[in-house]
Amino acid sequence: MTGHRFTFSGAQLFACPSGALWWPDQQLLCVSDLHFGKADRYARKSRGLLPPYEVRETLTRLEEDIQTMNARQVICLGDSWDDLEAAERLPDDEKLWLTRLMAGRNWIWIEGNHDPGPIELAGTHRSELQVGPLTFRHIAEDAAVGEVSGHYHPKARLANRSQPVFLVDDTRLILPAYGTYTGGLRSTHPALSSLMGPEALAFVTGKTVHPIPMPR
Amino acid sequence: MSALPPKFQDWFDQRGWSIHPHQSDMLERSLSPCQLLIAPTGGGKTLAGFLPTLVELADAPSDGLHTIYISPLKALAADIRRNLRTPVEEIGLPIRIEDRTGDTPYTQRKRQRADPPHILLTTPESLALLLSYPDAPRIFDGLQRVIVDEIHALAESKRGDQLMLSLSRLQALCPGLRRVGLSATVEDPQAIAGYLARQPDPCEILNADPGPDPDIRMLETQTPPPWAGGGGRYAIPDVLDLVRKHKTTLIFHNTRAQAEIFFHHLWLANEEGLPIGIHHGSLAKEQRLKVEAAMAAGQLRGIVCTGSLDLGIDWGDVDLVIQVGAPKNVKRLVQRIGRANHRYNAPSKAILVPANRFEVIECQAALQAVQARALDGDPRSPGPRDVLCQHILGTAAAGPFDADTLYSQVTSSGAYAALSRPDFDACLDFAATGGYALRAYDRYQRLVQRDGQWQLRDPRAAAQIRMNLGTIVDTDKLKVRLKHSRGGQPLGEVEEAFAASLTPGDTFLIGGQIVRYEGLREMTVEVTRRADREPRVAVFSGTKFATSTQLSARILEMLNQPDWPTLPGHTADWLLLQREISQMPRGDRLLVETFPLQDRHYTCVYGFAGKNAQQTLGLLLTARMEREGLHPLGFVATDYATLIWGLDPVTDPTMLLRGHDLRDGFETWLNGNAVMKRTFRTSALIAGLIDRNSPGKRKSGRQATFSSDILYDTLLKYDPDHLMMQVTREEALKGLVDFGRIEELLARVEDRIDHRALNQVSPLAAPLLLEVGRVPVQGAGTERLMKEEAEALMAEAGLR
Repeated sequence: MTGHRFTFSGAQLFACPSGALWWPDQQLLCVSDLHFGKADRYARKSRGLLPPYEVRETLTRLEEDIQTMNARQVICLGDSWDDLEAAERLPDDEKLWLTRLMAGRNWIWIEGNHDPGPIELAGTHRSELQVGPLTFRHIAEDAAVGEVSGHYHPKARLANRSQPVFLVDDTRLILPAYGTYTGGLRSTHPALSSLMGPEALAFVTGKTVHPIPMPR
Repeated sequence: MSALPPKFQDWFDQRGWSIHPHQSDMLERSLSPCQLLIAPTGGGKTLAGFLPTLVELADAPSDGLHTIYISPLKALAADIRRNLRTPVEEIGLPIRIEDRTGDTPYTQRKRQRADPPHILLTTPESLALLLSYPDAPRIFDGLQRVIVDEIHALAESKRGDQLMLSLSRLQALCPGLRRVGLSATVEDPQAIAGYLARQPDPCEILNADPGPDPDIRMLETQTPPPWAGGGGRYAIPDVLDLVRKHKTTLIFHNTRAQAEIFFHHLWLANEEGLPIGIHHGSLAKEQRLKVEAAMAAGQLRGIVCTGSLDLGIDWGDVDLVIQVGAPKNVKRLVQRIGRANHRYNAPSKAILVPANRFEVIECQAALQAVQARALDGDPRSPGPRDVLCQHILGTAAAGPFDADTLYSQVTSSGAYAALSRPDFDACLDFAATGGYALRAYDRYQRLVQRDGQWQLRDPRAAAQIRMNLGTIVDTDKLKVRLKHSRGGQPLGEVEEAFAASLTPGDTFLIGGQIVRYEGLREMTVEVTRRADREPRVAVFSGTKFATSTQLSARILEMLNQPDWPTLPGHTADWLLLQREISQMPRGDRLLVETFPLQDRHYTCVYGFAGKNAQQTLGLLLTARMEREGLHPLGFVATDYATLIWGLDPVTDPTMLLRGHDLRDGFETWLNGNAVMKRTFRTSALIAGLIDRNSPGKRKSGRQATFSSDILYDTLLKYDPDHLMMQVTREEALKGLVDFGRIEELLARVEDRIDHRALNQVSPLAAPLLLEVGRVPVQGAGTERLMKEEAEALMAEAGLR
């Protein structure tokens, strides 16, 4: 286990180098902002023909995390699909791959702003979910406590490299984007620095996880 | 068309001018399909190019476009318009002349499309844009001539390749189109002629009188140049003296950073306040325009500058060119020298200032080459395929096209004459479907074939294609502004990577001032002024040229002379000592010296392959040493050698330098290299894989779109032979990686490697110990660095 162990709202959690969150007590893996089907949406909207390999790349990493942890529950924390049409148009082999990953696991799709509605795939669809002391939702809300969210794709710079980061303070935890074709928002941006408390930390992902004070 | 019409002759007479022989030659042979004029700066080149147009329009006024003039610089187009107005008005010719560039207001551009002038002055990008409109055939109806100015410069970049593809389409619209190229002195006029002409049309080459030999020498200073480094600060008193003695002096530097540092110290020494300005590509446009205006008005006695002044605008009164630092390339030197003294038949005056001891030799070799009129240059490589992809998309934006017809147009350009049909088809497939091994976009192809004609599936895509036209790709740059100077003028721009390396409190030079980095705010670097004398961080990257192959060969020849009567005593003594202690590097052998110094073992490889290749060699050799357990710690590369240091001695350099092992290591190393990712981004932007405005560029506010590095990594893993990956490899090999010169080196020396194991540092290696720009070996080190920095930050915040 190369992740960084920390306590949040009384839960013992791990920030994985891949950007996934692991909660051993619940055998729960949480990933945010997968943005499956981004290349497909770009093509559909005549915005360019990107290399059509992002879904399998994201699935490869997700499968590795699920198997390493032997996760029983998986929460996809919103914006799992770049849009709802992308979910319908997922090629058969990739759909099968995803279905195989879901089999035998409690799989929860939280809605995000890119995928605000049910999709035909199995699993439970929720707008948010409470597990023990933690609330899982896509976008952070005011005055929330014990909240785990995504949406912002936070990034920060360490030793001259910009990397996706987890942001955490006493009341909230924001996950980095897990999807392959995702960019990031620097933690110095007002949207993030106004959201996070003064003591907030950033866990920098990469080969291993490095905790630093959140750059503002 | 032959003689000069009487009213033109009168005009020349009134001004007391006589027509130059090359100007009347151009007029006499103006009906040939292609002409290339080679003339030094100031030889009346532009008028020679335009004279046939003016005469034809005076004889037979017509409506619509007659001539398009293309220049690499927007400013040049505006300059030419002003200069042409004089003869047109004074002779009383009914000719409308307009320029059209990215700076031309929208309403004027719209009017120009509806009602084109007789002469349109424009740039390669604006021409490509005009050709992408469906009404292109009407806009260009009746066009007779196209004049390409500074074609020697355009031919060295993708802008030229794009222009030649545009000309092939223009020629299809206007079959009688005649092409004219205007060029500075080049090493191989035939190559430029073949580049310009429609294949297989012939191209006439006209040579203007090159004028007298330049008056050029090397500066001999009171203090000898330092052992290492660049910049030429030691020569500042002598340079100031020269500025004082001349009307206007151009002081050229090889990099922007060196220009900044020199300018700063020049002003510290400039007690009498001689008006001296600075001009380079990192300055804000407003700043540059101010300097250009002051220059044109004759208010400046000197300008410290870089390649940004290599082209174009006629500054008139320059009577001295100073080149600080070895010129690296003889052709560029000759073209720079040409900037001095634009009166025909007067010799240009130039002085070379070697920045260090080795450059004394390099300058001397360059002087010999100039005297022998031996110019250097690399043969042009075939037209790049990313530019072709863009051309295909641009053509589709204008309307449906037939693939066979387009292929024959494209191969009528010299640069693409050898393009095979399968290579063309692969580019077309890329433009249409993305060209992936996984055929994922059948329903959403960008181009579809209907009734045998290729066209846009979604006509709205035309706007996006137009927005992405052009082959100039800027690295991401950030504006530098004084803090609290709300909307004030920016001081200049720095590359994003440089800005990212700064921490608050660092000081650096920009626009000749020392500033303190305060922070990054909404994509602007905020700084405050400082009165320090020395900046802490001085370097921001700019173009670095490697010494040309031909000049390197000349230097090696010079080193192997029995003695050196033309070199200053201090330099000759140094070389003599090298001969005694070690041996002289030779062209047909590779000298490798090893020596211990202060607990470190050093290896010095004298490849003379140019800075970029020596740098690549350093990366490859240290990677091999790491595998062999020799614990390399770092290296430094110059144009002539790579110096590596480590914990263990290298006892068998021959083994490290074995050709095919190096090549194998190279393949692996190359794929993960940052240079590849940067090259990929450029080619992906040009070919239309990514938009100039989305991936790779940050939008303010919302989550950023993802970086093009991700696309590179994805293709490397899932589709490594994709067209974009092929193009990226090709480009990187000839560009920053310059593996071609390592190959050339290996072929030149074969197995003739001389290993000298010394007890002490050798005279030639000594300056390398003082060089800046050391590259640490990134092994397990990067992770450790991140860990240490993270822990330091936590400790500083009082956490844990």
